[in-house]
Amino acid sequence: MSNIITYPVSDHLKRLEAESIEIMREVAASFENPVMLYSIGKDSGVMLHLAMKAFYPSKLPFPLLHVDTRWKFADMIRHRDMIAEKYGVKLLVYTNPEGVERNINPIDSGSSLHTQIMKTEALKKALDLYGFDAAFGGARRDEEKSRAKERIFSFRSAGHVWDPRNQRPELWNHYNTRINKGETIRVFPLSNWTELDIWEYTRAENIPIVPLYLSAPRPVVKRSGMLIMRDDERMPLNPGEEVEIRNIRFRSLGCYPLSAAVESEADTLDDIIAEMRASRSSERQGRLIDSDESASMEKKKKEGYF
Amino acid sequence: MSLETATLTATAVTNAAATEKSLLRFLTCGSVDDGKSTLIGRLLYDTKLIFDDQLQSLERDSKKHGTTGEDIDFALLVDGLEAERQQGITIDVAYRFFSTPKRSFIVADTPGHEQYTRNMATGASNADLAIILIDARKGVLPQTRRHSFIASLLGIKHVVVAVNKIDLVDYDQGRFEEILTAYREFADQLGFTSIQAIPLSARFGQNMITRSDLMPWYDGPCLLEHLESVDVESVDAQKPFRMGVQWVNRPNLDFRGFSGTIHSGVIRPGDELVVAGSGKSSVLKRIVTADGDLSEARAGTAVTLVLNDEIDVARGDTFAHPQARPEVSDSFAAHILWMTDEALQVDRPYLIKLGHNYIPARVTRIEHKININTLEHEGAHKLDLNEIGLCHVRLSSPTAFDAYELNRHTGSFILIDRFTNATAGAGMITQGLNRATHVHRQDLTVGKQARQELNGHKSAALWLTGLSGSGKSTIANLVVSELHARGIRTMMLDGDNIRHGLNKDLGFADADRVENIRRVGEVAKLFVDAGTVVLCSFISPFASDRQMVRDLFEDGEFFEVFIDTPLEDCINRDPKGLYAKALKGEIKNFTGLDSPYEAPDNAEIVVKTERMTAAEAAGQIIERLRASDLFSMYDGDWSI
Repeated sequence: MSNIITYPVSDHLKRLEAESIEIMREVAASFENPVMLYSIGKDSGVMLHLAMKAFYPSKLPFPLLHVDTRWKFADMIRHRDMIAEKYGVKLLVYTNPEGVERNINPIDSGSSLHTQIMKTEALKKALDLYGFDAAFGGARRDEEKSRAKERIFSFRSAGHVWDPRNQRPELWNHYNTRINKGETIRVFPLSNWTELDIWEYTRAENIPIVPLYLSAPRPVVKRSGMLIMRDDERMPLNPGEEVEIRNIRFRSLGCYPLSAAVESEADTLDDIIAEMRASRSSERQGRLIDSDESASMEKKKKEGYF
Repeated sequence: MSLETATLTATAVTNAAATEKSLLRFLTCGSVDDGKSTLIGRLLYDTKLIFDDQLQSLERDSKKHGTTGEDIDFALLVDGLEAERQQGITIDVAYRFFSTPKRSFIVADTPGHEQYTRNMATGASNADLAIILIDARKGVLPQTRRHSFIASLLGIKHVVVAVNKIDLVDYDQGRFEEILTAYREFADQLGFTSIQAIPLSARFGQNMITRSDLMPWYDGPCLLEHLESVDVESVDAQKPFRMGVQWVNRPNLDFRGFSGTIHSGVIRPGDELVVAGSGKSSVLKRIVTADGDLSEARAGTAVTLVLNDEIDVARGDTFAHPQARPEVSDSFAAHILWMTDEALQVDRPYLIKLGHNYIPARVTRIEHKININTLEHEGAHKLDLNEIGLCHVRLSSPTAFDAYELNRHTGSFILIDRFTNATAGAGMITQGLNRATHVHRQDLTVGKQARQELNGHKSAALWLTGLSGSGKSTIANLVVSELHARGIRTMMLDGDNIRHGLNKDLGFADADRVENIRRVGEVAKLFVDAGTVVLCSFISPFASDRQMVRDLFEDGEFFEVFIDTPLEDCINRDPKGLYAKALKGEIKNFTGLDSPYEAPDNAEIVVKTERMTAAEAAGQIIERLRASDLFSMYDGDWSI
């Protein structure tokens, strides 16, 4: 008969896993049309892996949605399509047609307008288009100050507005899933995971990751003190800039002109985890969109950014 | 900067790889300016959880909003929302994470401002330990009592009394002990298992990560040392087995599993289990997970259970150990903490989320509310924002639960506003109630209203009048069975059951007919006093007789229902063969033939039977009743 399964994961990770699974099941049972936001990164990878576990042996009872800004790393898109195939899940890809028409891009339009139109607005449009009433996101509370106060089930009024003054209290594990027509819930099953938990779980469960997380020689330019990888020819070089090949990797992945790399020799998960323990900077440091002003993440969240 | 960090961090190097590391969830609470956020910021900083870029942003913010002069203001690190930074107060719950080689920690940073008690309860609901901050200069404040009480109410067993800003009272042992004595004086009633008092300075890191030599008189542990060693091991696995069914897992016809997280206890294939609500039992066949079947699963594990038998199980059901079942009842007593501006009102309908069910419910009575500064009981008819009361709750259907002190998972619930869907209250069940204890105990004379409350609906008499064979009894029967199916107490009176008993001494002469109706009216009134919906089907041809009955009742209690069927239809139907006899002259004074029928001209309900079936007629009557306030207390489901 059956044997006790010894997980290759710590008790701490098992607790996190169980909590995330409980959250996902609650959503599948309570909402008519949920969706999982899949952003291709390490957190999305863990989230999808947990979802496959939550409903086993059934198939995933909701589709994945990727909001494609057209400026993701080519490696990310390859990884996305490989994952959809490997897990046998339904993947929806949405790009804001208005942004395409106006040719919004991070180079000419600036990071803030690009993010606004191609991510925030695009996400809202996609949710409206398919009529999704609940959307999973892979955000964690340890990422950023305003996310530390986010609920696991985060209520959005019609128009996808987050009001941090008026959040539903969340007690025990009694998640309030009730909404009226037009209202939605964003659900964050990884709320209580830390960056280190994500990597340790990824390693223990052998979850596929985008190769960009691992160090390799890649073409980069130095811009405003940051290392930006030139993933394709669309990114013009400023006067005096030169593409050099350096051993780099990414702690956080987004649109490539907006994602700063770190110089690193860490080319295995073991190395990444060791490097991270010694690190003195946070993962969002490489996110150019955060650094405008200290409260900018809260601003973006109010507007509907994940 | 006056940071004592260089040597301190060595003890707190993060090493999350240790497999057997335990988890401690705690919350910090105290009054405004007691230094909660500073304390957490200091813990994060000294355990290396603050990164350089966050520190830079912190230094920038400290100059802009800080209150500590040239020093780093650690509070700014955790006060996340923009408005909070400007106002200098924490207004919502924030969760922080740090770990040491011994333990992982999840910290709920909860506000000390008086109007935000609900956020503290939110943080406390999942915590094992509370750090109660006291400003050494101010001592025990009303908020200190309030927060300690809420912590105990939410089942927290371990408390750290952090006497902060000890530097500002010159590290005075006497002051520390004075505060501790004052704290114990009221905290002794709160049932904490452990109270550890620590004199410290969060701002200067004294007695935080290492013991400070400025307080040689203190020989207890420093804060981190205590947090790492306090024994809060969960005993959930030793409690009786409970698992709420979250999701029925049915990938194909050959597999039917029940997915959920085990709340308490341990289960193995071969164990017997019962569905608490229905009492049906089966034997556990498999514990399915994506990582393979388990031979044992303990509290806290997310699993999918497969049973030996095909028994009826749905989302919201609770699996339990057959020898240690939860209570199953439609009423219980619970402490309710109210969390929204609109007060909790007795008898107002709410939704309760208990386990994985949403159940229509109402509070039938507030036994008392608790003054959280004095812990005294006070009478109340409603609960305002941040008030706590012991309430009697009535559910629309029986549900499984445990007392909160026995099981935090199955003994707690939230109340939801039915219109806004806001989470309006949080409840902790103290005990189940049967219907009898539900009734107001001081109310010695049990009257009509008390009986109506017990029944969960008001009472009324429906007077169905119409020709013989018009369909009165058929329609009344249908109405009665529809109402009965929804738990509404009913009675039916008609010529058959009255004339064979109570009125068998009466004939059909005019005087007897009047007496017949009078007696039926009085009996109907008794049933209404008993809290019942009584349907009376009588030809009652005379308007004056019907008026006499109507006058027995209060406004809104009497519904005259005119079953308006043409005489020809009645003659054609003639279900009892009476028209045939009357037409042959075998019955005299037959209404509609040789005796008049005075049709009502102000009946509450008129049913035109030539246009509808009997079932449609019954539906029309029920709709009309629902439009009145007859069922305003009723919180069952009409759609069944």
